[in-house]
Amino acid sequence: MFLHIDHVDKQFTNNKTVHQILTDIDLTIHEGEFVSILGPSGCGKSTLLSMVAGLSDVSSGKITLEGKEIKKPGKDRGMVFQQAALFPWLNVEENVMFPLRKEMGKKKAKETAQRFLQMVQLSHYADHYPHELSGGMQQRVAIARALAMNPKVLLMDEPFGALDEQTRARMHKELETIWVETKKTILFVTHSISESIKLSDRIIVMGTQPGRVIADIKVNIPRPRQMDQKEAAELQRRINALLKTEIDKVVNEELAHAANH
Amino acid sequence: MQRTIKQIIFIVALIVIWESVVRIGGWTADIMPKPSDVWQALVRGFEDGTLIYDLGASFQRLLIGLAIALLLGMGLGILLAKSKTADETLGSLILSLQSVPSIVWLPLAIMWFGLNEKAVIFIVVLGGTLVMTINMRAGIKNVSPLYIKAAQTMGSKGIDLFIKVILPAAVPYAVTGARLAWAFAWRGLMAAEILSTGPGLGYTLKYASDFGDMSLVIAVMILIGVIGTVVDLIFFQRVEKNVMRRWGLEAS
Repeated sequence: MFLHIDHVDKQFTNNKTVHQILTDIDLTIHEGEFVSILGPSGCGKSTLLSMVAGLSDVSSGKITLEGKEIKKPGKDRGMVFQQAALFPWLNVEENVMFPLRKEMGKKKAKETAQRFLQMVQLSHYADHYPHELSGGMQQRVAIARALAMNPKVLLMDEPFGALDEQTRARMHKELETIWVETKKTILFVTHSISESIKLSDRIIVMGTQPGRVIADIKVNIPRPRQMDQKEAAELQRRINALLKTEIDKVVNEELAHAANH
Repeated sequence: MQRTIKQIIFIVALIVIWESVVRIGGWTADIMPKPSDVWQALVRGFEDGTLIYDLGASFQRLLIGLAIALLLGMGLGILLAKSKTADETLGSLILSLQSVPSIVWLPLAIMWFGLNEKAVIFIVVLGGTLVMTINMRAGIKNVSPLYIKAAQTMGSKGIDLFIKVILPAAVPYAVTGARLAWAFAWRGLMAAEILSTGPGLGYTLKYASDFGDMSLVIAVMILIGVIGTVVDLIFFQRVEKNVMRRWGLEAS
């Protein structure tokens, strides 16, 4: 068992009312797997990822990585956010070196940073500052930065959500190449059905209110995948049907909420 | 370019109107000097070295006072941002002290330090510290949680997180704080010099006024204004703009 999310619940209390965010999430993720967590907004998928990152606590249950319980953030789990979160006062290379500066000498850190910048094809931009890069380039630096510390799992929270369509398609290809090259375990949060089908070995479909797993689907379509392939289109229809009731639920809730106010 | 031309034409027109109104009105130079008198006073002041000497003295006090103010302000700002108790007590005191112009402390300062440099520097420090404190506190409180989360997932925490992430992320606020601190310090300095002792631009202004030399009074006023604007425009605004752009807080 590599990464085990063991009967995890998450609730928080606001104005004395208890909100159930996630209920009984129980997942096992194998080493080297590319797993997407797919669900409508508000299903708690980002919360789940941030608990794996150790940035927020579980209310009950536990999460273990190679048998060790996750309590705090750590370098064994690299995280890529929707915003690149690069430090604007550091240049591209220094950003990638940030997680390395304590565990290796400057020269070695520089070499490592160069290697990973090459992987995302940005080695020529080493001395540029983040504000000089496009959104897609910034996100590639963020991926290089997360990978440079050689984490066991790469956690990605809608990493391409803020990018335009063309850039996103290119990033999909690049991420796939990186995954094949590094054989990293990737946990990828998204609300895009096609993105999850294109990239992952396995799709965890989540429902909302409370957030829970409603399907765990293996994707056996050979790579590289095209969305107009017959199997892909079929899978998309299937997931769409699964999510439709969930999305209707959200819409109805919002309408009821609006009517009461 | 357009804008600069307009500004030059405006200034020239202003001087011409000023000169002709005073000539037609027939006022004497001890009531309302002409621009040409002011210019002469300015040239004389630079030629005999008084104004240069004054500038040096004023700037020395300003730099000492401002340096202390910035360091103190940074320290206090960090304290207020990090300690809730300090923020609720000392923080609210500092906020209310901000509405007291620093110059009103001068009588006390003279009692404590005597009628000398130290009293003036004290006013300068007071003027700069409060606004620097408030900005530094805001800078640390407003660091994007995303930076902190990202740093945490990269194994940074505690002192390392504070020095390597939170402080640099607060730099834009600190720069704005420094710019405002300079403005407050400069005003405080001039007021304190007029009311206390020289040498200095403020002192010379007071001295000229005692001898009815209104040309020199206006000459010093213009010098104070020009220096204030030049330092703000050439130094602080430029630094602030660069930092804002680099930190991604402004579209380039």
